[in-house]
Amino acid sequence: MPFGLLKYGLSSEYPGEHHFNPTTELKKHYDVVIIGAGGHGTGIAYHLAKYHGITNVAVLEKNYLGSGNTARNTAVIRSNYLTEEGVTFYRESVKLWQDLSNEFNYNVMMESRGQLTLAHSDAAIRSFRWRAEVNQHMGVRSELIDRQQIAEMVPNLNMSEDSRFPIMGGLWHADGATARHDAVAWGYAKGACERGVELHQLTEVQDIEVTSGRVTAVKTNRGRIECGCVVQAVAGASSVVAKMAGIPLPIHSYPLQAMVTQPYKPILTPHVSSPHLHVYTHQTSRGEFVIGGGSDPYPLYNTRATLDQRESLTAAALELFPFFAQARMLRQWAGTTDMTPDYSPIMGLSPVENYYLDAGWGTWGFKATPICGKTMAELVATKKVPDIIKPFELERFYKYQQINEAGATAASH
Amino acid sequence: MKLLTCPLNGQRNITEFTYGGEYHPMPDHQQATSREWAEHVFFHDNSAGVVIEWWCHSASSYWFLAERNTISDQILRTFPADEIFRERIDFNPTPADQGERK
Repeated sequence: MPFGLLKYGLSSEYPGEHHFNPTTELKKHYDVVIIGAGGHGTGIAYHLAKYHGITNVAVLEKNYLGSGNTARNTAVIRSNYLTEEGVTFYRESVKLWQDLSNEFNYNVMMESRGQLTLAHSDAAIRSFRWRAEVNQHMGVRSELIDRQQIAEMVPNLNMSEDSRFPIMGGLWHADGATARHDAVAWGYAKGACERGVELHQLTEVQDIEVTSGRVTAVKTNRGRIECGCVVQAVAGASSVVAKMAGIPLPIHSYPLQAMVTQPYKPILTPHVSSPHLHVYTHQTSRGEFVIGGGSDPYPLYNTRATLDQRESLTAAALELFPFFAQARMLRQWAGTTDMTPDYSPIMGLSPVENYYLDAGWGTWGFKATPICGKTMAELVATKKVPDIIKPFELERFYKYQQINEAGATAASH
Repeated sequence: MKLLTCPLNGQRNITEFTYGGEYHPMPDHQQATSREWAEHVFFHDNSAGVVIEWWCHSASSYWFLAERNTISDQILRTFPADEIFRERIDFNPTPADQGERK
């Protein structure tokens, strides 16, 4: 084995493994057209091909594979939500995450280092107690911990009682994790392409043809394709794409900004989040601190970074970890989050019969990737809405049955 | 610092303002079905391009409208609400409301 590696290293030819099919001409017809090749889109394609034998599938991507929010999210995986529907859904997702690398034989560098959410007020302690009870009842590892436990768990955290918002307690979620986000899209796309799915990058959907309540074809910059059904998984662009099919959505697109420091030696184990200070951070496996997530104060289809957000994120991060004062920032970036009024996703059927929605992923899309791929593929293959995603249907807004997910990161509460 | 021109207070830092949502004509409050109300309240155009939306100058609680490009983040024009709202709107009770009162 070492000789093989040495030979490979000295070779002038790198027999790189081709993960995806080379770009071919678009076919005239596909049974399933998936718009958007992020984790969700490729996950749906993977599950369709592997578990439902549906391989005449095209995944269309305007840019390149995993170039949208799959590459821009801060890679947080957790299931300590507040609503029964939310906890059930994300709990199943975390289970799938834990075996994801084996599932498609591609290392997503899953690390279950836990998540600590900080309370800086009595009200937060009360709501954490509530969340812990709901979580434990539903089989999610989640508990309220006190200041001493926090100090032992995160020795670098500023536990001073003289800070502006002293830490009063925390919600400890042992199931919290992180993973390499790009690898998720790559692993799913590889597994899907090996089974016959076609990935078409630089293929932008420009129009969607709907005749008497059914999608018949999709027009792209590379030609028109007829399709049996369409799934849209386009995150920030959800409203724009759905509008082509004549479907209004209860979504506003807001940029969410994050940034990352220079690498440090490993000094922080869990993910630390403070809803009160609007900041969260964790140390990546290569040592950088990812600091998120500041939502812009008004909707925008633009991924520019602003000084305002850098200032507010930095101020909050400094309050938690004073050593950040010495840190250099490597990058700051944004992703367009498709926010729903109730902080829950919109999944499943749409007013157009064979058009399926995978939208409204706001700040909670990455952690839902595996369960979303599984359940949306099941819906496409069987035409039956799986129970676990039934509550997230678009129709809930017309029935005034929103799922108020106050456990969402960006929830303004 | 990004500036926004308030029709009442002039050019101010955008952090002094609060975004108030898209401008949509209100449905007929006597005729609208619950479905139409749901669309009016929860659904958004969320257009990529030039939109008309509500903004409020927080310090003076002054509401006005703005035309903004949601791709380039340029504010093209701001104007007082009376450009659109020129008449008094009377919210006459619906027959159903009157029935409840009896």
